[in-house]
Amino acid sequence: MDNIFSVAHVRFILLGLSCAVMAVVFVGCSEETVLTTCDGSGKVTVASDAKGQDLADELMAQWKRDHPESDWVEQEKERHELKPGADNSALLEGGQADGHVYGQHDKRDLILWARETEKFVVEGSRIFHSGDLLQSTVAVSCDMCHPHASNTHPETYPKYQTQLGRVALLRDMINWCIENPVRGKHLKPDDPEMRALEAYIMAQRIGTPMTYGKH
Amino acid sequence: MKAKSKSIEKKYAEHRRDFLAGNNKKLDRRSFLKVSTAALGAAAASGVDFCQSFQSVSVARAAASSDVGARFRFAYISDSHLYDKKTNDRFARALLRAVEDINNLDPQPDFVFYGGDLAQLGRARELDLGAQILESVKAPLKMMVGEHDWYLDMGRKWRELFGEPTYSWDHKGIHMVTLNSVVERDFWTARGMTAEERMMTVAGLDNGVQSPFSVGEPQCEWLEKDLADYSDDTPIMVFSHSPLYKLYKKWNFWTDDAEEVQAILKRFKSVVVIHGHTHQVLTNRIGNIHFHGMLSTAWPWPYAPEGVPELTVEMNRPDPFNPNDGCGDGEVHVHADGLVDKVYNLWNRKPLIFAKAYTASWGGEGVPPRPNRESY
Repeated sequence: MDNIFSVAHVRFILLGLSCAVMAVVFVGCSEETVLTTCDGSGKVTVASDAKGQDLADELMAQWKRDHPESDWVEQEKERHELKPGADNSALLEGGQADGHVYGQHDKRDLILWARETEKFVVEGSRIFHSGDLLQSTVAVSCDMCHPHASNTHPETYPKYQTQLGRVALLRDMINWCIENPVRGKHLKPDDPEMRALEAYIMAQRIGTPMTYGKH
Repeated sequence: MKAKSKSIEKKYAEHRRDFLAGNNKKLDRRSFLKVSTAALGAAAASGVDFCQSFQSVSVARAAASSDVGARFRFAYISDSHLYDKKTNDRFARALLRAVEDINNLDPQPDFVFYGGDLAQLGRARELDLGAQILESVKAPLKMMVGEHDWYLDMGRKWRELFGEPTYSWDHKGIHMVTLNSVVERDFWTARGMTAEERMMTVAGLDNGVQSPFSVGEPQCEWLEKDLADYSDDTPIMVFSHSPLYKLYKKWNFWTDDAEEVQAILKRFKSVVVIHGHTHQVLTNRIGNIHFHGMLSTAWPWPYAPEGVPELTVEMNRPDPFNPNDGCGDGEVHVHADGLVDKVYNLWNRKPLIFAKAYTASWGGEGVPPRPNRESY
């Protein structure tokens, strides 16, 4: 994780600095300098002789203060435990990687995959746990009956859902719950909310054998 | 604007109202039972779906007939999780149904015990609505607090309505104690949470930011003093919102200082703990202490992925298409030795009865029917 974080961090700092330098305002006899963050959302006052890393740290700290939600993935994971995804580190081993384009992965790839997938799933967790995001008109959210997505059994679909009189997929059951107990808005199969909810529910069942048709 | 289609709850409510108004008006209880049993049989034979409340009345009667030899019985209602009526009337109607079930018991129970979580988010209008509905309970009412009642204003409104949450009384030879077992460590101050944020955190069963429940030292001291004058032979019954043992920490199916409380209760020959919070059929025994969970009127919880006690015979997985399935109320038939028959009056199902012999024999006798639709 550390590697890619520092790369992204440095990129952000460079971007921040290039913008910030343009926004430098000299105050009085140049003992202090006011810098504006690159997106214009906040200002920070620093000593005029402050050097690059210090300036960048100040700007970053200010930006984080102005955007407490930027940490939403970690915050959501703290609130609602998430099962970690598959470990792909074995892909980094094996001599055949050399010369095989599809076999070419490095640690950064693995970190990128894990982070992007986790973000997708965590967004699902946020929606799953929020009557507001589900647009419930009766203040009901999925977790009220399914803590940690328990008793959602995504591995059992498709199956004949007796009460519907047809074969249902997980998304049909998600929509049934949204329309009935939750009294929210019906989601199209490719709605970002539906994709995120499916992602979270399936992620929480990692390791469970697929047993379609199971009642 | 007129709604194009009726909700399933509205249909049930109408079906129930029509049935009671039309068919039941001129019948006494005995002939009503005869008619209802015949109708149930006919409905089952013809494959017709029958009114669920219709079934629940006969179910309540069937349960009452199992109390042979009991010294007295009381009824319970728990975990109604009310919003105000405008936000969500489904949970309010479920509580009304439970009150109706229990008011229909004949003879009436000695008292009705409410197991906590009357409100969903501890708001005054939610607690007021609950108090208003519970006012129509005919038998004397005993109240217990749950975490959903408490963490908005730290119990101010609840105490105003129902008094102190920790108390005891004697009833027909049994010493009864009600505890507040949902005491949480202060996780909110350091995080700068508002009262609403604190409440929302506690209200999420799977929210890991909150602290585990506990009874706490002051209450443990109170309990020791309260029990000091009672001999080891006195049957004791304790009411707690969370189970007074450690089942599954991640959902607070858990009391952090359970061992301390159990140690205080250890010297008594017969102890029964009745708890709410878990919204499911749940049975346990640790030494001399027999534990029974209560049903919720609002929604059933799934069984925890680990830690479910061996003595528990799970209830069938609830039907997601029926908002009342897996919910209900119940009765407790108390015997002279303090042990109980625990009746789960599950709406839309036959009642599940855990006779006192079941926990007394460590599950060897009186085993209730096993589920055919187990948890996934």
